[in-house]
Amino acid sequence: MIVVIDYNVGNVKSVCNAFKHIGCEAKLSRQATAIENAIGIVLPGVAAFGYAINALGSLAELIREFALNCKPLLGICVGYQMLFESSSEYGQHKGLGLVSGNVGPIPPGRVIPHMGWNLVELPEDMDLFAGLGNKKHFYFAHSFCADIKDDGAKIAYTDYGFELAASVQKANIYGTQFHPEKSGKAGLKVLQNFYDICKRGAP
Amino acid sequence: MLTRRIIPCLDVKDNRVVKGINFLNLRDAGDPVELGARYSDEGADELVFLDITATIRFRKTIIELVEKVAENVFIPFTVGGGIQTVEQMDKLLRSGAEKVSVNTAAVANPNLLAEAAQRFGNQCVVLAIDARRSKDRPGKWQVCVKAGSEPTDIDVVEWAARGEELGAGEILLTSMDADGTQAGYDNELNKAVTDAVNIPVIASGGAGTLEHLYDAIVDGGADAVLMASITHFENYTITQMKEYLHNRGIPMNL
Repeated sequence: MIVVIDYNVGNVKSVCNAFKHIGCEAKLSRQATAIENAIGIVLPGVAAFGYAINALGSLAELIREFALNCKPLLGICVGYQMLFESSSEYGQHKGLGLVSGNVGPIPPGRVIPHMGWNLVELPEDMDLFAGLGNKKHFYFAHSFCADIKDDGAKIAYTDYGFELAASVQKANIYGTQFHPEKSGKAGLKVLQNFYDICKRGAP
Repeated sequence: MLTRRIIPCLDVKDNRVVKGINFLNLRDAGDPVELGARYSDEGADELVFLDITATIRFRKTIIELVEKVAENVFIPFTVGGGIQTVEQMDKLLRSGAEKVSVNTAAVANPNLLAEAAQRFGNQCVVLAIDARRSKDRPGKWQVCVKAGSEPTDIDVVEWAARGEELGAGEILLTSMDADGTQAGYDNELNKAVTDAVNIPVIASGGAGTLEHLYDAIVDGGADAVLMASITHFENYTITQMKEYLHNRGIPMNL
């Protein structure tokens, strides 16, 4: 069972719908026992960072423990941003600190938010992108982005006039700045890959 | 680089998709859930659902519609129609919508845009503007509210810029003069607004040919083109539109 963390932000249902579409049982929950027994968890997010991290509250520690036990965790959009140490969206906020790096505004000089379909270069060694070839379009909608400083992290980039981190993988911790659940067929494949990773157990 | 987007728009009235001309003479165009799923499968980049029954009051039925749509649509979709509070937005986003659009309520209470942006992030907040060419002030457009039925004194270009300042992440700009005519977008309007803001602008109203889409992007500066008549009544498929634009050098997600 994959658990999609239910913490009172938007978009959680879309993630469940997408998993259901690929034949994966995903349960929306905030119960400690459900989270502890999950084969993988997804931290979704349509919200501003500060609102999201506050809404997460005591679940933050459960998620950290889950990830530190080497079980697969997938953060999506703000859920991905929360994997890092901090964000400066509407004030300074601490993140989960699972991956080294900080979240800050997309540099000026381009249309912000970065919203729409952008082409992501897919490194061969990132498990989420197995079977997708070397580049695919995914759907983004965000105004802040992560500056990743983790030597142990694999990173997929997209070009937005600068190298924008689109996805990260650090051992069992996965994140996508884009929305796989809203990225059509390619996005459903990413979720399928995450499901496969969960079924196999942690890398 | 971002692709330009093809966005079919589903105007929903009494649970049916309808399409009119200049906001009048509505014609039935099918079931919103079926049509939404079809466009998602065909490779549309996004969808917009507007509950046009709800010009003044928010209707709970829109939440049920969003839930059903979200089960079958795996591309982003925006929902609008009568939204007045951040709580209503929250319900719609939690039901599966990616973004919410506000129109009349933002004119009445501009601070709604700021509240929404702080809570959900500005990428969730779409300011929809129904624009009509001003009869008194040539080269200007006036904002109309309540599904276009009520003109205001507000200038469209100024309102768009103010909307961006307040926290809107995108502008859905509909030309009431061009709507449903299939005679081409109002690219003077599109250009005036895209020059005045730094957020993406969706051009809406008037698509009739493939060239119209190209013109809205190149002459109007639009980041996305919205259409209804030409896709609901199957003049063109999504793939035809994308291939045409791609072949003329526009970046598309094909």
